Amino acid sequence: MSRSGGIEYTTVRELRGPLAIVAGVSGIGWDEYVRITLASGERRHGVVLDADRDLAVVQVLEGTAGMDPEGVRAAFSGGPLRVPVGTDWLGRVCNGRGEPLDGGPPVFGSRDAEVGGAPINPVRREPPSEPVLTGVGVVDALTTLVRGQKLPVFSVAGLPHLELAAQIAAQATTAGEAFCVVFAGMGLTHADASFVRDALEERSAAGELVLLLNTADDPVIERILTPRIALTVAEHLAFTDGRHVLVVMADMTTYAEALREVSAARGEVPARRAYPGYLYSDLASLYERCGRVRGRPGSVTVVPVLTMPAGDITHPVPDLTGYITEGQIVLSPETHARGVYPPVDALSSLSRLMRKGAGPGRTRDDHLDVAAQLLASLARARQVRDLADLVGRAALSPTDRRYLDFEEAFLRDFADQRDDEPRGLDASLERGWRALLTLPRGQLSMLPAGLLDAHGARESDDHEDADEVGGPGRPEDPDSPEDPDSPEEEASR
Amino acid sequence: MGAVTRAVTGEATGDVSGPAGASRPSACRILRVTGPLVEVEYTGGVAMYDLVSIGPAGLSGEVVAISGDVVTLQAYEYTGGLAPGQTALPQGRPLSVRLGPQLLGGVFDGLLRPLSGAGDWLLPGAGSTAGEDRTWSFSPRVTRNEEVAQGQVLGDLHDAGPVPVKILAPPGRGGPVTEIAGAGDLPSEAVVAVVGGAEVTIGALWPVRRARPVRERVDTRAALNTGQRVIDLLFPVARGSTVAVPGGFGTGKTVLLQQIAKWCDADVIVYVGCGERGNEMADVITELAGLRDPRTGGRLADRTVTIANTSNMPMMAREASVHTGMTVAEYFRDMGLDVVVIADSTSRWAEALREFASRTGALPAEEGYPAGLASAVAAFYERAGAVTTLGGDRGSVTVIGAVSPPGGDMTEPVTAHTERFVRCLWTLDRDLAYARHYPAISWAGSFSRDVPVLAAGHRAAGDPAWAGRRDRVGAVLAEADRLADLVDLIGIAALPARERVSVLAGRLVREGVLQQSALSEQDAYCGPEKAAALADAVLAVVDRCGELVDSGVPAASVEEVDFGPLLRAREETGPHDAAGVTALRDAMLTRLVGLRP
Repeated sequence: MSRSGGIEYTTVRELRGPLAIVAGVSGIGWDEYVRITLASGERRHGVVLDADRDLAVVQVLEGTAGMDPEGVRAAFSGGPLRVPVGTDWLGRVCNGRGEPLDGGPPVFGSRDAEVGGAPINPVRREPPSEPVLTGVGVVDALTTLVRGQKLPVFSVAGLPHLELAAQIAAQATTAGEAFCVVFAGMGLTHADASFVRDALEERSAAGELVLLLNTADDPVIERILTPRIALTVAEHLAFTDGRHVLVVMADMTTYAEALREVSAARGEVPARRAYPGYLYSDLASLYERCGRVRGRPGSVTVVPVLTMPAGDITHPVPDLTGYITEGQIVLSPETHARGVYPPVDALSSLSRLMRKGAGPGRTRDDHLDVAAQLLASLARARQVRDLADLVGRAALSPTDRRYLDFEEAFLRDFADQRDDEPRGLDASLERGWRALLTLPRGQLSMLPAGLLDAHGARESDDHEDADEVGGPGRPEDPDSPEDPDSPEEEASR
Repeated sequence: MGAVTRAVTGEATGDVSGPAGASRPSACRILRVTGPLVEVEYTGGVAMYDLVSIGPAGLSGEVVAISGDVVTLQAYEYTGGLAPGQTALPQGRPLSVRLGPQLLGGVFDGLLRPLSGAGDWLLPGAGSTAGEDRTWSFSPRVTRNEEVAQGQVLGDLHDAGPVPVKILAPPGRGGPVTEIAGAGDLPSEAVVAVVGGAEVTIGALWPVRRARPVRERVDTRAALNTGQRVIDLLFPVARGSTVAVPGGFGTGKTVLLQQIAKWCDADVIVYVGCGERGNEMADVITELAGLRDPRTGGRLADRTVTIANTSNMPMMAREASVHTGMTVAEYFRDMGLDVVVIADSTSRWAEALREFASRTGALPAEEGYPAGLASAVAAFYERAGAVTTLGGDRGSVTVIGAVSPPGGDMTEPVTAHTERFVRCLWTLDRDLAYARHYPAISWAGSFSRDVPVLAAGHRAAGDPAWAGRRDRVGAVLAEADRLADLVDLIGIAALPARERVSVLAGRLVREGVLQQSALSEQDAYCGPEKAAALADAVLAVVDRCGELVDSGVPAASVEEVDFGPLLRAREETGPHDAAGVTALRDAMLTRLVGLRP
């Protein structure tokens, strides 16, 4: 995997936990990549954690189990880990260290690059301005992903976030321009890993996918390398080979836990919830590798997926992620319980770059207006539902009842989608319109009159207007859903 | 004519204290590298917080501990590949930046290395500190053998940008001028004068963590005019004051800060992007480059210094970036200019402090921040102020620091400490932003401790009604807020007529005065006279409405009046058109005359 050449030592003086201490070395640098050969001929890998005078403390990626200091040879590569880069990666399935899982030969490339990457010069960044369409209606319509953006999916254990991530990876397109996906799985179970492989098989066969799968039983520190290898490969596919690259990284919480584990092994002072104090900078060094560069083709768009432990959005991983990324897509257990896939909580979700990547000249002229109206109406619908829980549906004004219908239409017709169904943006927006048209025209104040006419928005019906007059007063009695005194209840159904 | 003919020895301004050239420390061997912490052997001539150039790539780092014969360094950059046995070169001075006229219009990293000339990716150690290859048109103000005091003007640069740039005798260096360059074009490194035996160059080094000295701090009664009505009317900021702007994401913080950068009447703007998103920073840079300066007609960027340190750039440079920005501001202040530092966001800076503390093993206090957080925040804001410079000019540095409370929690340590040390607080309110009320500065959650002095200043400047107007607008808003809760409970119809007018008054003030569209040609900037006229117009209309209901006109008919002309006045009149506002007010008042009991 790494630049050949370097010095080989046989002087392993100490083995402790995942660490091997090599003595008598000279000129060994920090973070240098090490290839270790056991007496049996088995190959392992490591990185230098501490270069202290003539000692090198090496963290062995695969662990030190079965290692006998006698006969262990450590070959230092002369620098931090480098991976080959280039189009040879396309269509390959590899483990978290970049070694083939698909029975093919090792991935070669004409060039190689350091996996740590380097920050993009802010002066050379091109502000993002075009969409990546995911084929997932609720995401494309309400939280449009923009090329060069980083937009995480916040989820809770048990929700179908991996399904959503795989669906986005399988369906995403960039309006016919050269496009590919790099999927980095971290700490996935074997079942999840094979699900991802199956779901993305077509894309892989088409040579549009790089799949890196680190499974839950793979070495922990390998998990720290996986996203870095993925991003390094992606950067070169984008900025050298001119593709738009979508990098999906799942699950970042597992990644952060690996980071914590390694930090603890190094004896660092723990910060919030025992995560290392540099968690913010570390996450930023991954997420910020997305973007576009002036004068270069291609873009890197990053979708990290993370599960919030116990659903806590103030947990350090989602909290710090939210401060680095440009918005978030939040999945909600409530929506999931109502049988809607993807269970996106549209009101908590946000794409901060949407205004730049959607609307006239980008997607569709009415896109931003429809999205704003859908969200505003959904917010009102939520309030109405809370009220209905208190006073009963019958006690609501007819307009308010229409909002309950709207929410139902929003979830069933607009948001709900099969996990193998690519839905075009036009189809999604038309479904959005259908949901909106369950509301009386007077409630759709964010949409221009011309569009409302074109879609045939109606004023509210006469009998409901009459009802509205008597509507505002709310009965004191909270439990009167079957109140015989409100025939309008039946009429409006 | 040209520069003083003398060998240029690089950093020879005498600005920087530290060992003189003779005892310059020699290179020392690296003993240990573990992440950003690097240990080197102590060979003498190294002081705490001195800058060190580490390894063959010349990574920058700082001395953080000296123990026995081991010196511990904190590297600012990624140290991968750095090995024991390589050498580190102490620089014999603390982290310093090269100040000079080239700063205007430039974009720099946290250590003030120019980014414009750097590559697409920033490699460790690759940043150069070299100034650009250009010359400056210099003319002297002093003659040879003249006795000058520290901070006195030695000459002017005429082509540095839209603001006057002067070359000053360095702090601590007065005395006879033994040599002075004549008028002509000089390169950045040129020695323009020799004062008291020390060479003075166009560019000069200054340690970023040390405030540049002044003769004295002075009280100011002059407001910094921001052109944003809610600020100028309700929460004004004096020149040399300090402001914190707390706001969660999506509250329009960046837009507000950009509006202030664009419109405030300071001479120089220093914009520090500290640990922010790369795409956002790219946006700010692109925006600034495209903006025309409403005051000079040139590019706004020409009197702006941008310091961009995104979240993935080295953490220690992020920590340094706010100090760097402050130092740049003080440099221009010393020329007698008014400077505004906009730091977005100080929370990211505090996080860098936390990260640094955790790496050096300091004991964590609140939420993992070091115990010194409060004093660090206080010290940062204390570098602001209105001053008499060493040269006797008046200058000021105003600091506006954004705060990003995690999860909108205003009790978290950075927000809580910052509130205590600033003179003004502009709290951005999520509900206002949600209701598309921009700028979303909450009138209930903000304060300005500069109000009393500025009221005196406005009185002296011919606007004696300023304080009274502010009080009335504040009272109208407070009363409307109080009634809003009541209206939610019992409905507007249940209120007495006079209180219904109060609710109406609140709406008119919010929509007709406080809201301001950053995108509107006419409304993006509002001159003080127009702001006053708008507030007066709304208050006059409110008074008339009150009189009408007192005289028996039903409150409902007052509420039904179309107040459009009044509410649109801010959009329909030019930025300084107070007369236009008054005319619309009179039209509105005439319309109200039609109402009869």
